[in-house]
Amino acid sequence: MAVICAEGLYKFFGPKLAVANLTLEIAPGEIFGFLGPNGAGKSTSVKMLLGLARPSGGRATVLGRPLGDVACRARIGFLPEHFRFYEWLTAAELLRFHGRLAGLDRRTARQRAEHWLGRVGLAAQAGQRLGQFSKGMRQRLGLAQALLHDPELVFLDEPTSGLDPGGRWLVREILREQRARGAAVFLNSHLLGEVESTCDRVAFLRAGEIRAVRPLVHGALASAQGSVPVEVRAGGLRPELIAGLSPWAEVLLWEGDHLRLEVRREADLPAVAQYLVAGGAAIFAFTPRRATLEEAFAAIVGREAGL
Amino acid sequence: MKLLLIAAITLREAARRKVLLAAALLSVGYLALFALGVATQFRGPHAPAALIRQEITASLLQLALYGVSFLAALLAIVSSLETIAGEIGSGAIQALATKPLPRWQLLLGKWLGFAALLAGYVAVMTAGVTIVLWLGRGYAAPHVAAAAALIWSEALVLLTLTLWFATFSSPLASGVAALGLYGLAFIGGWVEQIGALTGHPGAVRVGIVASLICPSEELWRRASYLLRSPLPGASRFTPFGVASAPSGAMVVYAAVYLAAILALALRHFSCRDL
Repeated sequence: MAVICAEGLYKFFGPKLAVANLTLEIAPGEIFGFLGPNGAGKSTSVKMLLGLARPSGGRATVLGRPLGDVACRARIGFLPEHFRFYEWLTAAELLRFHGRLAGLDRRTARQRAEHWLGRVGLAAQAGQRLGQFSKGMRQRLGLAQALLHDPELVFLDEPTSGLDPGGRWLVREILREQRARGAAVFLNSHLLGEVESTCDRVAFLRAGEIRAVRPLVHGALASAQGSVPVEVRAGGLRPELIAGLSPWAEVLLWEGDHLRLEVRREADLPAVAQYLVAGGAAIFAFTPRRATLEEAFAAIVGREAGL
Repeated sequence: MKLLLIAAITLREAARRKVLLAAALLSVGYLALFALGVATQFRGPHAPAALIRQEITASLLQLALYGVSFLAALLAIVSSLETIAGEIGSGAIQALATKPLPRWQLLLGKWLGFAALLAGYVAVMTAGVTIVLWLGRGYAAPHVAAAAALIWSEALVLLTLTLWFATFSSPLASGVAALGLYGLAFIGGWVEQIGALTGHPGAVRVGIVASLICPSEELWRRASYLLRSPLPGASRFTPFGVASAPSGAMVVYAAVYLAAILALALRHFSCRDL
């Protein structure tokens, strides 16, 4: 069963449309990237799914429960954008408090707090007050707060904002751990690299609307049609040989030893290579080229700056 | 019970942010000054008659507890104005409101925390004043517990108003609005007193309307009425005077008012976007 199932969610702020027709389904164990420029409606979408903001229209279920259900929040973790909390609490107190609120008993909350302080690299600062923390340290603590009760669904809103490279690497590692554990992660981001390196699927949001949803395979974007462009550099290419490629691929360009193909299915790539070799071609390069996330982003969302 | 976790952390915040320390130190100062005033009175060659002394002592009690009620009202507003509105502003509320507890519990938990803080403050201060008068003058103050409960209720009215305002406006605006209502009730109370003394029913009505808008002052006047000297006609026209004593119905009204404002605050906080 889908952990998130949204059908046509809308959100208006006065006359301004913030989110339009948000429709998506997220499976357990999936890391879902929600990508869009600033002001595209990412945070508002997350707030609606979390029950922080009421949708103006549409419906959705989260973990099989309608929006705003209180009990199922025990199975949800959330890292808000720019995590802030009571400055007078120490890091350990903050985690224990959030653990207790999430429904853990006192002892478990203490154990989890200790574990997660270590996991996010703040064990030495356990007794330090939040007021003395840097932005990156707060963000790490916020991440621990979102995960310490082993939620089935985690919302992370710009988790690496304010983090140094070490922190970003940690976030990536933790995201993979969560997936391995079977948790689904909803990752809001405008950082392409972050989404590229972790997500299974990515939605492109622009002006409140999802423009496209694409699966990511090993960090690269699978094209919408499932075909793969391939660049070939080979000697001994003859017209008959090229014509014989038609069962698997379309020839986009042929100039001397340079050949550009659109192979219809990724699974056909070995067959194409074998055919060329068997036909007497001397292959110097055979490079399947997938569109990068950045190219896709530019094509789908556009290059103009966000709001 | 998660409600109690919120109440407990609210109290802890007061302790950690030195609200308790500041209140405690200043309370000690207040009681010390009061004790000094009580001790130095009636010394010297012109000590008044016993009857007048008792009259003055009763006024002293009213004076001291009037100060306590004023400080409790300020404490109620100042300590709570940052909590909801400030947390909405900073975004800290988001990490709380996505936890498995209904929003009304979040707000009610905070209300309980502050209510406990105010109860402690009023109890300690009232006890302190009573003890000073007992030790210094041998005066057994009447109805002190009931008066303390009324002073606490007055602070609760202002606390609840502040929290309600905080569900839809900034901390500063919430504080200003609550203080404004406190001032309105105060002036309304005076207009009512003057009207009663001069036999002017229009002024009395204006005062009553003001106390319907905010019954804080009426609760103090009821407390003051309970604390008055048993002698008839004494010290009527003072801030602690009771030319027109609020009835028991006014106390019931205040309780209903408090419950209604609290319900409004809980409802509005539960419905709004965070």
